[in-house]
Amino acid sequence: MTGADQPLERGGTDPRAGARLLAPYRVLDLTDGNGWLCGRILGDLGADVVKIEPAGGDPGRRIGPFCGGGPRPAESLAWLAYNANKRGITLNLEAPAGQDLLRRLVHRADFLIESFAPGYLDGRGVGYRELRKISPRLVFTSITPFGQTGPYARYRGSDLIAMAMSGLMALVGEPGRPPLRVSLPQAAMWAGMHAAAGTLIAHDYRERTRRGQHVDVSIRDSVLWALANAPAHWSLMREDLERGGTSIVGRSTTGARMRAIYRCRDGHINFIFYGGEAGRRSNEAMVQWMTEMNEAPEWLRQKDWGTFNVAASTQEEIDRLEGPFVAFLLKRTKAEFASESVRRNILGYPVADARDIRGDPQLAARGFWQEVDHPELDAAVMYPGPFARCSGASCAIVRRAPRIGEHNGEIYGGEMGYSRPELETLRQAGLL
Amino acid sequence: MTGEASGAARTPQALEGVKVVEFAVFAAGPMVGKHLGEHGATVVRVESRTRPDGFRVHYPPYKDNIPGLNRTGSFALFNDSKFGVTLNLKHPQGREVAGRLVAWADILIENFVPGVMARNGLDYEAAREINPSIIYLSSCNMGQTGPKAGQRGFGSQLTSQSGFTYLTGYADGEPMLLFGPYIDFVAVGFGLIAVTAALDHRRRTGRGQYIDLSQYEAGLQFIAPALLDHELNGVIPACLGNRSPHAAPHGAYPCRGEDRWCVIAVHTEEEWRAFCRAAGRPEWTEDARFASLDARKAHEDQLDALVEAWTRGRTPQDVMETLQAAGVPAGVVNRLSDLFADPQLAHRRVWRALPHPELEAFHYEAPPFILSETPAELRRSPLLGEHNARVYREILGLPDEEIERLIADGVIE
Repeated sequence: MTGADQPLERGGTDPRAGARLLAPYRVLDLTDGNGWLCGRILGDLGADVVKIEPAGGDPGRRIGPFCGGGPRPAESLAWLAYNANKRGITLNLEAPAGQDLLRRLVHRADFLIESFAPGYLDGRGVGYRELRKISPRLVFTSITPFGQTGPYARYRGSDLIAMAMSGLMALVGEPGRPPLRVSLPQAAMWAGMHAAAGTLIAHDYRERTRRGQHVDVSIRDSVLWALANAPAHWSLMREDLERGGTSIVGRSTTGARMRAIYRCRDGHINFIFYGGEAGRRSNEAMVQWMTEMNEAPEWLRQKDWGTFNVAASTQEEIDRLEGPFVAFLLKRTKAEFASESVRRNILGYPVADARDIRGDPQLAARGFWQEVDHPELDAAVMYPGPFARCSGASCAIVRRAPRIGEHNGEIYGGEMGYSRPELETLRQAGLL
Repeated sequence: MTGEASGAARTPQALEGVKVVEFAVFAAGPMVGKHLGEHGATVVRVESRTRPDGFRVHYPPYKDNIPGLNRTGSFALFNDSKFGVTLNLKHPQGREVAGRLVAWADILIENFVPGVMARNGLDYEAAREINPSIIYLSSCNMGQTGPKAGQRGFGSQLTSQSGFTYLTGYADGEPMLLFGPYIDFVAVGFGLIAVTAALDHRRRTGRGQYIDLSQYEAGLQFIAPALLDHELNGVIPACLGNRSPHAAPHGAYPCRGEDRWCVIAVHTEEEWRAFCRAAGRPEWTEDARFASLDARKAHEDQLDALVEAWTRGRTPQDVMETLQAAGVPAGVVNRLSDLFADPQLAHRRVWRALPHPELEAFHYEAPPFILSETPAELRRSPLLGEHNARVYREILGLPDEEIERLIADGVIE
């Protein structure tokens, strides 16, 4: 193959990209839905992310919901969302010649991210142990349900399993009813984000020392931080917090629960009495609003929030306090609460759905939504925008998610130097 | 640093030599510093004694249920692996000392409501005057600009504005809380990503960066498919309990014991057949009601009742082990106590029990990613003002007499 000795070029930068923080680097992305977000983030930061799929395409492309409602492979909404800013090639890792192709790609790659079961790539001679011999500076990131080693390393995972085993579900839902997950899968989001963070920490070390390493991400462990301070309750109190439904638990030493989800005219509002200086101001502002609407009872108007200690409040005190707020908020709309809470600096937000979020003037004012061209849909689609704004670099979407094998010609041909007949041979051999 | 095992051979740390100053409170800012610190960065957390972090004051849990500035679990959990100093930023000399920390640092982290850092003379423009290549992370609820930028808020409510709460609940029921400030920790991850990428960029170009991180916008990354569903299909995704359009059985099922639950997620026909065999009910595979995913979805209530009848007599551990041995995704709905007895979390050394002068042994939490050559090393959280001498004398090089004067003037609180 004449292309074998040609140096790879780092292609894939788009003139619209502007300055990008990670522009010099290439990522080989062998993940499935468990790791897509990791590559997406590195792509947002400007790395040249090459998504490597099996010949028929990533199976995640065929998991709905889809664009247009029906199953139109390549247009799964999760696929579109989390594979933007990547180029796409196909590669058959089951075939030895496909494994060779991967080794060639690794020569000039800075990162490899993957989410196969532990041992899968090792079994094909392209695990970390082998690839580090080719490239000692490679940062190799693995995302698996429970990690690479240990008693549960071979256990099968899924979003529901990770959400349950992280401990989060035990804290979500009504007491006496089943523990709950979030209906939209979240575990892969936590894992992909943490994988990107771990990868970049390893990258920083590599750039100083020229030494790569293996970053071992556990999806279940990634969800643990969603528990916020709950583990501290066990550490200090040997206390298994119970789920509180619509109430916050663990905020008072008396064990009192505090309502946080209130019904309103067209949905729900999340508001809670806070303590401290911020809480005092918010509680006073809320009572002021109620007073202006003639809906604050006399005792509430007289309440001294400066001495209100939420951490010592009792259930009786909280229940009594809640009454007028329940009645007041029931008469308000989400939009009314959203604007008044901003104007009055009240600590609370509506329980927003996708439509509320799309219509939020804050996101519009910040230019959050980003139009992405989809010629195959004959449409421009508004995507959620960047995760952060950097003064000297863009994190915007510069390319939509790739079609299956869309960049085979560009990468295998243009960059690796395979001729058209050679590419056809590879294709016929089932390698691409 | 405190809590470090003395005399032990040290493995290298990924971020050795990186210097971080935090003007931050609660979780979203300080947790970024924690992750940098546990990978070797030198992190200085600046605190006020007159207005201490809310997590030092009005948030349980407290050791022995007794409040105290150094007795709270939340502060400890989010602030390991850093130095703690006190400084009065309302005092002109306090700002001058803060400026020296800014000059020293590679990264500055703050998560106040927009405007606070400017009032303290420490906004990006001021910081850049002192240190032109500083990487400056501002993390707040709504971002630095826009009509809602000035609204104060906490993650426990912002989680609702960002769509997560609406997507959590029993079908047709009320939205359910996700326990606490779920979204704060999403913002922590993205903040960490942004500063580490900016650090690499600075190493190559010499240029710093201002990072405006809206926790709201960071959180929306996690629900992007729902936003696209609305955009492209006009659908408003809602909560489905624990059900999934792509799997059945798929849910939390009651087990033996009080409030004990397991989860089972059967996505493929292979998993379905394995589940029936492992549950000792091979006849279910012959049942026309369950012959395909579509059929199982159409008879899901009946299916769930049968699965529940099987799980009720078993412990969640038994269900998990039986089904996992058969290749079926299943797990325990772990309670907090279970997490501390979990053999896999122990294997990965997630919980690090470190001695603390007032908390005795507190369980700090290691990150979910393990770096093979430079694993995280956690050091216990600082007492309020614990490292004043170390930081002001050794890091900033202030003479003793100046430190004494700053203490006397109420600058170092």
